[in-house]
Amino acid sequence: MSRTVHSAGAGGAIATTAGSAAGAAAPSYDLERVRADFPLLAQTVHGRPLIYLDNAASSQKPRAVLEAIAGCYRDYYANVGRGVHRLAQLATAARERARERVRTFVGAATAEEIVFVSGTTEAINLVAHSYGRGRRTGLAAGDEVLVTAMEHHSNLVPWQLLCEERGASLRVVPIDRRGELDLAALRRLLSPRTRIVAVAHVSNVLGTVNPVAEIADLVHRRGAVLVVDGAQAAPHLTVDVAMLGCDFYAFSGHKVYGPSGIGALYGRAELLAAMPPWQGGGGMIEQVRFEGTTYAPPPQRFEAGTPNIEGAIGLAAALDYLMTLGLNAVAVWEGRLLQWAAERLGAIPGVQLVGSARERAGLLSFLVEGVHPHDVGTVLDGLGIAVRAGHHCAQPLMEVLEVPATTRASFGLYNTLDEVDALATAVERVREVFA
Amino acid sequence: MSGGFGGFGGLQDLYGEVILDHNRRPRNFGRLPGASHSAVGYNPLCGDRVEVYLRVEQGRIEEIAFEGVGCAISTASASMMTEALRGKSLEETRRLFEGFHALVTGAPAGGGAADARGGAPELGKLAAFGGVGEYPMRVKCATLAWHALQSALASGAAAAPGSGSERESGSEPESGNRGATGSR
Repeated sequence: MSRTVHSAGAGGAIATTAGSAAGAAAPSYDLERVRADFPLLAQTVHGRPLIYLDNAASSQKPRAVLEAIAGCYRDYYANVGRGVHRLAQLATAARERARERVRTFVGAATAEEIVFVSGTTEAINLVAHSYGRGRRTGLAAGDEVLVTAMEHHSNLVPWQLLCEERGASLRVVPIDRRGELDLAALRRLLSPRTRIVAVAHVSNVLGTVNPVAEIADLVHRRGAVLVVDGAQAAPHLTVDVAMLGCDFYAFSGHKVYGPSGIGALYGRAELLAAMPPWQGGGGMIEQVRFEGTTYAPPPQRFEAGTPNIEGAIGLAAALDYLMTLGLNAVAVWEGRLLQWAAERLGAIPGVQLVGSARERAGLLSFLVEGVHPHDVGTVLDGLGIAVRAGHHCAQPLMEVLEVPATTRASFGLYNTLDEVDALATAVERVREVFA
Repeated sequence: MSGGFGGFGGLQDLYGEVILDHNRRPRNFGRLPGASHSAVGYNPLCGDRVEVYLRVEQGRIEEIAFEGVGCAISTASASMMTEALRGKSLEETRRLFEGFHALVTGAPAGGGAADARGGAPELGKLAAFGGVGEYPMRVKCATLAWHALQSALASGAAAAPGSGSERESGSEPESGNRGATGSR
């Protein structure tokens, strides 16, 4: 498995491909066809062609996903899990096929290790509630949870809540100047009291790819469990939980070209088996009596209530789409986009790239000297370019970086080198106007 | 000189030359020694922070200044607010804020159009912020300094800066100004 997404090409080689985006793609990667698969991209914004560079917030959907969702509603929709009628069987089977698709996407051993959730946030909250508060697995006073300085609020606040409730301590693993995790500090912070370590696979601000396998090894030597926020990794990297060695892995459907409101949590089978339910309701029970209830085995134990049926089916269609394109081909193309963006933006006087980790994926944060990121974002929007400006739900990281906010351009499999050029030209214009 | 955003997808409506100029060279920027009132406006969502200082005598703003960091809209708004308010009575200040707020939210002026025409003071150069109404996400930028001003005035006339008289002020839900102002 390759977790490096930078193409091997040297800077000069990349530069020669500028301006001929479609032609520059590898023969196996037909960018024009890919773009044609995404109906939304063919529109204008403020009279200019849309350039969508906010993929880290959410990605657009290929026709295959739209069709899968519409097809579910049109042809075989019913509630899942308990119907004896034909439609219920079809819908249930489609959702379980979707679970199997997620299993292959993350490299889990069995589909029982895949819990459908609403997204990464819910997945992490599930672990914090069920594992973190379970009778057999839960935290006690004095225990420790480690997070990193680059975590999204969704991989920080659930742990703060847990620690407050349990009298446990939250420790923060710092990052270095490049925006890489300080592994020496992680080693120092790991202790016999460490119970849970929560790490982003890819930082949503810095783009840093964290060495999850190495971290997992360190964490397991201390007998703790590793929870990985894969929201920014799943769209860009090949995820293989067996090779990563993590205990939990969470990702969102809407960032991998699937629908919003659906995501998945991978949990190691024996951990899920030891964890209590976190929400009660239909679908998660074995036998219910007023005197007491026994619970279904994982993953149903963690899926109370009527689930997002069409979401799971849409997610599977998105993963099919990604895997048909080829995760490696996508990663190579996005690596070129990222490298070209870093070169173009990095060459503009007064533009500072935020984060220079040796391994990065998917996105680029930057600052324009003397211009607030919100002004950058508004001006780019006026030019048809969608980026994100703000703290990116990582306020503590903004403090570490000593910036109020950044502008973030994030790439998807349909972006072109021409779009990167347009971004760079627009940022140059921003500088001129506000200077 | 850049020439602004002429021809740039309507951006010149938001970033007019007056606004760009005040962003480049904010007026009345810095602390105000001898201020009678002050308060901090803070927008945690974008990290903007502006501190407004006032010297109020006999119900009139004799001196006003600000400092802080923010986007072009919030910086220019603070700068132009200080220019607009020097010498104004507190009642004139209140009506100017109402008129300005109505302008940037695209809402009709507080008491209706007749009131706006008859009662509100001329917005004058502040009319440059008329384009903000098209950008709902930026309304809170334009009003940040004004909310800080309100907070400072509400903190009590007897307050001396740094005397511990600062207070949190309520924020305006309709402007999305969550936690817009806080104590210093």
